[in-house]
Amino acid sequence: MSGADAMPGELLLSVRDLRMGFVSGRRVLSAVDGIGFELRAGETLALLGESGCGKSATALALLRLLPAAGRILGGAVEFAGRDLLQLPESAMRAVRGGGMAMIFQEPATSLNPVLTVGRQIGEVLERHAGLAGAPARARALELLAAVGIADPQRRLDEYPFQLSGGMKQRVMIAVALAGDPRLLVADEPTTALDVTIQAQILDLLRRLQAERGMGLLLITHDLGVVAQMATRVGVMYAGELVEEAPRAAFFGAPRHPYTQKLFAALPDLARRGSHLETIPGQVPSLAAMPAGCRFAARCPHAWARCRDESPRWNELAPGHRMRCHLAEEPERAAPPVARAEAPAAVSAPVAAPLLKVDALRVHFPIRRGILQRTVGHVKAVDGVSLELARGRTLALVGESGCGKTTVGKAILQLIAPTAGRAQLDGVELTGLSRGALRPLRRRMQMVFQDPFASLNPRMSVGEIIGEGMGALGVTPDVAGGQEGEGGPGGALGALLRQVGLDPAAAERYPHEFSGGQRQRIAIARALAVQPELIVCDEPTSALDVSVQAQILNLLKALQDDLGLAYLFITHNFAVVEYLAHEVAVMYLGRIVERGSVADVLRAPKHPYTQALLSAVPSPRLDAQPAFIRLPGETPSPANPPAGCHFHPRCPRASAVCRERYPERSELSATHTVHCHLYPPGK
Amino acid sequence: MLAYLVRRLLYALPILIGVNLITFALFFVVNTPDDMARMQLGVKRVTPDAIEKWKAERGYDKPLFVNSAASGAGVLTETIFFAKSARMFVGDFGRAEDGRDIAREISARMGPSLAIALPTFVLGLFVTVAFALVLAFFRASYLDFWGVVLCVALMSISGLFYIIGGQYLISKVWKLVPISGYGGGVEAWKFLILPVLIGVVSGIGSSTRWYRTIFLEEIGKDYVRTARAKGLSEAAVLFRHVLRNALIPILTGVVVVIPLLFMGSLLTESFFGIPGLGSYTIDAINAQDFAVVRAMVFIGSVLYIVGLMLTDISYTLVDPRIRFDR
Repeated sequence: MSGADAMPGELLLSVRDLRMGFVSGRRVLSAVDGIGFELRAGETLALLGESGCGKSATALALLRLLPAAGRILGGAVEFAGRDLLQLPESAMRAVRGGGMAMIFQEPATSLNPVLTVGRQIGEVLERHAGLAGAPARARALELLAAVGIADPQRRLDEYPFQLSGGMKQRVMIAVALAGDPRLLVADEPTTALDVTIQAQILDLLRRLQAERGMGLLLITHDLGVVAQMATRVGVMYAGELVEEAPRAAFFGAPRHPYTQKLFAALPDLARRGSHLETIPGQVPSLAAMPAGCRFAARCPHAWARCRDESPRWNELAPGHRMRCHLAEEPERAAPPVARAEAPAAVSAPVAAPLLKVDALRVHFPIRRGILQRTVGHVKAVDGVSLELARGRTLALVGESGCGKTTVGKAILQLIAPTAGRAQLDGVELTGLSRGALRPLRRRMQMVFQDPFASLNPRMSVGEIIGEGMGALGVTPDVAGGQEGEGGPGGALGALLRQVGLDPAAAERYPHEFSGGQRQRIAIARALAVQPELIVCDEPTSALDVSVQAQILNLLKALQDDLGLAYLFITHNFAVVEYLAHEVAVMYLGRIVERGSVADVLRAPKHPYTQALLSAVPSPRLDAQPAFIRLPGETPSPANPPAGCHFHPRCPRASAVCRERYPERSELSATHTVHCHLYPPGK
Repeated sequence: MLAYLVRRLLYALPILIGVNLITFALFFVVNTPDDMARMQLGVKRVTPDAIEKWKAERGYDKPLFVNSAASGAGVLTETIFFAKSARMFVGDFGRAEDGRDIAREISARMGPSLAIALPTFVLGLFVTVAFALVLAFFRASYLDFWGVVLCVALMSISGLFYIIGGQYLISKVWKLVPISGYGGGVEAWKFLILPVLIGVVSGIGSSTRWYRTIFLEEIGKDYVRTARAKGLSEAAVLFRHVLRNALIPILTGVVVVIPLLFMGSLLTESFFGIPGLGSYTIDAINAQDFAVVRAMVFIGSVLYIVGLMLTDISYTLVDPRIRFDR
């Protein structure tokens, strides 16, 4: 972690003025423009940027692995004394997987599904080390052990589908290490993983890098990962590198306006109750890059020079440089906007809860045999109870597979619950017929995770929003709109304005909008029937940080104006801290800890909550708590461990944990936990 | 796996009964037993008595589906449908209207049918997969472009054109092989080579285009990028990684037809005068020989069900993710 002080290693990679683009029709759209950086052995350079900024394209261009439409337009990539861009393809193949290896974002799809783990590692050994047969197998075993896979003997003959997500990424790393690379390119290696697994993989990468003195080029969008891993940081925007700095300088005093905005857009507790900073506008499209500074249109400091003249590199301090005219005319920087004052005190829940869920269960049967008899159940949700009052936000937090999404769907009766009750404003929802449920549907709505997949691409925005209103017979008189067919002045227009979109958007189709705008459309669709409760299922996890800030601001404003209650399903603690009033932490279908945000996030009691919180990489240099490493991964909900579900991974498990599921313990009026460490009634 | 197969076999029973019912209904919507009798007896000998006698001899004097005159189970069993269908399930197909044993006829004609269908299938599969691989290897090049154009042209032309054109050019003009007919023993290849060749050519267009699409879809996947990142050559990527994964969808379409090869091809066999099962079926339809039509449809559906089961089994061989343990 203290790479900045270590002796600089030998220069491995030197990229100069790299330019690449994508062929589109008869034109080539520039995607990476004049990137240059150096990387030494033992050093980690993090390339940071939001989606579409060209960071992955840069990584692929280094290895000349671009997709069919990609073209390298110029520059030089010097690696181990040779310019890779000038090598013939056959010599380049010796570099790929040999001197320079790469791991990818999605371990589930990046391994060949029909070849065994041993075969996929062996292939590299055969190609780059000339090993085959028994020696290759022995080496593959060593590699699997090195990446921390238990029982490597057995795993070697298994197929990727038999491994969990974290193990697949470990295998990917083993494949990359097989050629004994001096430089490892990791493209978002933990983005698809849960936080506790992410912590394991980042640990592993750090350890392997230290052992082998490898150079690591880390592509990421996550400032938290950067804070943990990087020696130096390069920030990319719209195909250009705009700032490069050693880690300490980067987190201590980011200088480029874009970098500053990125930090300001991060939600956390300190910003609770205040508006999050957003970056207005959008990244310019590849087809219409501005002539001057590419960030000028969205920059709060921009002046005429920024729009005309592309800024050159300015050295701010040794190793810290940026491309911004402010470096030459620092007096232009407007004084930083004073941050909104401290968060308002979290008030206690009021009145009767709007939503009351009691011992909700959703079990999916497992059928086997000739007669398809039910031989067991996947207990996706196993006795969840919660309450939510009007105007409040309850965050349901947990890792993938813990059943949090199923809870949301079962409350809305999109999945029939197996047992338990769910009441909306005193009306029982479970067991209602479709017809009886219909009038209740307009009082509770859902916003889904992926705004790209959840909007019908063949329907215009107006149709998407109007469909629900028509189906539930809502009279269009939202927010002061007049009666009418949803023209710019009508209800539709009012709705679109409410979520920050131009009323003219009603005529257009989802593909014409960016991710953030689509999520606004999804929110407008949910709002159209004037619900009281909205279940938000990871509404920002598919979005970039700056866009996430816009959506969070919108959700907050809507709650203040309309008194909406949110059941906010998420795995992102920063979002919880910023938005939620209460938190419930789920593990294997059950809530293990519940309380106010201050209770759970500031003084977590359950060992799982503690581990989960400590695994979240913090985007700061100082505030990283000691990690609690959880061994293994979440077990299958079809066959949960006996006793407390968490005991096999729990650092503080005792004999009683193996035998009995813990009762609910009330730690305070608002804080409850299921753990034997806190016996009830004490 | 075994439990799965047993369950599939149990599903097959209602399917076969259903297929039989539909064949039966369709046939008797067009023909009544009286029509059949007139057709078989010939115009001269038709008298009401002769028709009744013909029907009684062959069991067509009962009601079609429901015998309201009978009692108990007889309501359903003493009908033409039951009498004609039940025995097929134990492999007894009865006799054709000309008195010949259908089962013996089928076993005699299976050989010529297979002699054409099997080489056409194997050769066709090999040629189309190889052609599709070449197009995928040279994707987005002129070779790929013109290859696809050729495929579209080949599949746009009617199968009849290949048969007639091939017979004209190769047999009539060049006199390389006989125009039609069939002979046993060593000389048989002379009669087989032309129909097999034409069968392969007429199938190239659509199959190649389909396989090429499958290959290109696989080539775009993440694991192929991983394979390239390992430094493997394009040929190794294509054969070791892409081909094995692409085989999975190809198998679905291909394995299911293997059992149906026994049935022969209606078109090819009648044009080339091959005494196989295809021409047998055509002749029976023309002669309104219900016993033969019913038997052939029944065998066809049995073979199709077998084909589907073979497909499932072959899945478990090529795709380790699929195991029928439930």
